[in-house]
Amino acid sequence: MLITMERIVKKHKLAIRWFHWINFPVLALMIWSGFLIYWANDVYRIGFGDTTLLKFFPKQFYDLFSIPQRLGEGMSYHFVFMWLFFLNGVLYILYTGISGEWRELLPDKSSFKEAWQVMLHDLHIRKKALAQAKYNAAQKIAYTAIILMGAGSVITGIAIYKPVQFGWLCWLCGGYETARVIHFTLTIGYCLFFIIHIAQVIRAGWKNFQSIITGFETEGTIPDLPEDHNNQTNTTAN
Amino acid sequence: MEKEILYTKKQVQRKNIIAFSVFIFLMMAAIAAWIHVKNLPLDNGLLGGVQPPIRKVLNLNEKIFSRSLDSTHLAKTYPLSFAVKKARVNGDIGMGEDFDPATWKLYVIKANGDTLTLSLEDIKKLPKTEIVFDFKCIEGWSQVTHWGGVKFSDFAAAYHLNNEVSMKYVGMATPDVEYYVGIDMPSALHPQTLICYEMNGKPLPMNQGYPLRMIITVKYGIKSIKRIGTMYFDNERPPDYWFERGYDYFSGL
Repeated sequence: MLITMERIVKKHKLAIRWFHWINFPVLALMIWSGFLIYWANDVYRIGFGDTTLLKFFPKQFYDLFSIPQRLGEGMSYHFVFMWLFFLNGVLYILYTGISGEWRELLPDKSSFKEAWQVMLHDLHIRKKALAQAKYNAAQKIAYTAIILMGAGSVITGIAIYKPVQFGWLCWLCGGYETARVIHFTLTIGYCLFFIIHIAQVIRAGWKNFQSIITGFETEGTIPDLPEDHNNQTNTTAN
Repeated sequence: MEKEILYTKKQVQRKNIIAFSVFIFLMMAAIAAWIHVKNLPLDNGLLGGVQPPIRKVLNLNEKIFSRSLDSTHLAKTYPLSFAVKKARVNGDIGMGEDFDPATWKLYVIKANGDTLTLSLEDIKKLPKTEIVFDFKCIEGWSQVTHWGGVKFSDFAAAYHLNNEVSMKYVGMATPDVEYYVGIDMPSALHPQTLICYEMNGKPLPMNQGYPLRMIITVKYGIKSIKRIGTMYFDNERPPDYWFERGYDYFSGL
């Protein structure tokens, strides 16, 4: 009797999956509570002179997420979940640093040029796909940038949270008001990251998505192996 | 490339089911925990407040930051020319229309129950201190403003409030008791904390709390109570208007 074997490739370590799925709801809560706080002094806009192209935020947005009049509530949640966001981020950096996985994540000199080609391919402008390691150049840049953004949020966050005690940090961030602008801009950055991330995950398909939950990806079958074949056989790929 | 392993279809299926079950279970548990906390009765039923577990963390934050950081750390000060001419007015609770400046007195309730009754002139006799600093509102805006008055610590020393300032908190309320705050003693005794009667070199405007208000550089503006009517001391947290409405008690910067 013959048995069909599935070829599976281990992709995301258990630790990475935990970091990812803890970060997702925690960051969502941080962003939402951040909007509750921002509402109390919602002065930011994109525009020039008296012309406003985009106001942060339009009334419809506030009403959709029932944001108005919840400053105290927003601050409470923000200053609880900041610990989880911070600790999860620190542990992630330590883990990738110690395990050596940072090598797969950190972009190098060629990454920036390659990332452009990856983008052209993703937008169906460039036909030929690039050969890639675990993460392509665009992913390396994105996943490293998002960590730097996280660090930026923590630093500007501390500057806004304790501007007297950490006056020097506040000064480094360009002052209290500037620190708040950076903190806000980074948050908008997470939202944009999220949109692109989701689009790419949908594009990459279900098999790719399930690997962030199961840790592995199936890569087709090897038919007609004899039953007594050791089903844990490691084969050298490529 | 990654290590490639061979499994039977059944093994793959089994692994998928386990991983997805664990994932969905943990996500549901997290959502359930969040909904549970969100629906807990607030710690100040009538006015609002926050859910008790959330309050615990906020109080823990106060412990962490007030113990690890120096409570006498000074806020940055600015040259006089940086101060705005017209300071923003924000909040009129306790600034009732029926206030009579002529009859105003500051009542200081001492630890032994005696009450000191002081006039504005009594306060003005004490050494004067001026400060220009970046006043920060809890709403998120800030403004460099110029204030003058008496250091709370000078005031306490002049009136021999030694027993009083050895307590943990000072409480203050407007004459109509519509607005009230509690301030931890280290912040009250901070060298920049003023009992303030001047703004931009002139007596406080009515809407800035004439005749006497607090200016606390190390707290959000919610603690810089306008128009102080009474002052008292306690080892427990005195009632605090915004605390009762779900804000952090410490509100320290």
